[in-house]
Amino acid sequence: METKKTSLYQLHQDCNAKFVEFAGYQMPIQYSEGIVEEHRFTRNHSGIFDVSHMGQLFIYGGEDLIEDLERIFPLDLKNLKLNHSKYSFLMDKDAGIHDDLIITKTNEGFLIILNAACKDNDLKILRELLKEKYKMVLDENRSLIAIQGPKSSEILNDVINGVKDLNFMSGNWFTFENQKVYITRSGYTGEDGFEISVANDFVDKLTRELINKGSKLIGLGARDTLRLEAGLCLYGHDLDKNKTPVEANLKWAISKERISKGDFIGSDIIIKQLNDGVSKIRVGIKPEGRIIAREKTKIFNQSDVHIGEITSGTFGPSVNGPVAMGYVENEFSKKNTKVFLEVRGKKHPASICSLPFYKKSYVKGVN
Amino acid sequence: MSEVKYSKEHEWIKLDGDVATIGITKHATEMLGDIVFAELPEKGSNVEKDGTAGVVESTKAASDVYTPVSGEVVDTNQAIVDDPSKINQDPEDSAWFFKLKIKDPTEMNTLMNKDDYDKFAKETSA
Repeated sequence: METKKTSLYQLHQDCNAKFVEFAGYQMPIQYSEGIVEEHRFTRNHSGIFDVSHMGQLFIYGGEDLIEDLERIFPLDLKNLKLNHSKYSFLMDKDAGIHDDLIITKTNEGFLIILNAACKDNDLKILRELLKEKYKMVLDENRSLIAIQGPKSSEILNDVINGVKDLNFMSGNWFTFENQKVYITRSGYTGEDGFEISVANDFVDKLTRELINKGSKLIGLGARDTLRLEAGLCLYGHDLDKNKTPVEANLKWAISKERISKGDFIGSDIIIKQLNDGVSKIRVGIKPEGRIIAREKTKIFNQSDVHIGEITSGTFGPSVNGPVAMGYVENEFSKKNTKVFLEVRGKKHPASICSLPFYKKSYVKGVN
Repeated sequence: MSEVKYSKEHEWIKLDGDVATIGITKHATEMLGDIVFAELPEKGSNVEKDGTAGVVESTKAASDVYTPVSGEVVDTNQAIVDDPSKINQDPEDSAWFFKLKIKDPTEMNTLMNKDDYDKFAKETSA
């Protein structure tokens, strides 16, 4: 299968991107300044991420759709306000995670942002579950960019007036070059920022304007170090079909109201795990020295018993040291528990820590 | 002091008497990206030509460092362990990795000179 290119491919090339294949797309892993500088620039100024490979699924419908989606997602969608967003997951009946996603209530239904590698399968699953009752469009004509970091609000507002008044996890339609763009105040870096859904033909122009105002393109490499410092999960690594949201320590994202009813896919297992506890759970892990423990690194307890595995690990530029997350047996999940990580045949000390590694700075109350 | 030689694994080596100073090339650092971790061989240990003699890690991945010649490790550069970003800044001089008392000077003959290495690096990264 030929790898796809996003509408910003030319701009990436103009900015000296190094490309990698990711989920069937040619995506920029970094630009000339490199991952560490791109990471820092996002934390201190403003970075633009091309996330057009992600799925933008528009589902059109009214009250019926809300009810049908509540049977799928563990969310209180009835009480979700117009243009507000929630983080959630598409689960199987055993509460294994098919994908993690952001769902937003729009004036015509819902917009769901899906992971690139999962989007086609997600659509198939949702089509089967919703039985062709609603119009569903996995929109290939729109691009998606994120602008993240403390200067992003000012920069984006200079180009698209009014966005600075959005609250975290809410969105609205705006206009750019007479085109409707949907903007939410959200992102995946731990910084204040926005995600912008814009027609493919206009994304290049919009991005160049944002660059002219002082923002910079940032590659997938820095996106990974930023999200890991922020303690956020990456599907296919920290989340997959063999892990449930409770095991992934994401129970905050499950509506209490819906748990009391227990009528969504996977609810039996979720309720059981919430009541009885889980055998493994996702935790933050801080290696003591500078050693980097990457995905699949084995975790041992102080008696040298294998108790888990790292699912994401890298060097955190803002922490200025290694950071990781992984799953350990529940009894070893308490903060400050000493563990050992096996890297290149040697065991290195580390401790369980709370997430995030880097404090989030979301803007919650503008209005 | 002899000319600097280069290996296919992107190490450089400079011989001074029977002591060789070894590091990784600028080209290697450009391929690796930001280096955030370095592990060096132990002083006093013996390393064999083309064997591993350390590790560097960038934000992206870990890579072994090989020794282009055999010998006994007589010195290591703690400065790059304490601040691995020095390797990106000055890879072919102050950010050397280790020094060896070499065992067999003829091993130097198997290595490339600068022109050949530059050509090799260009071809392999194209």
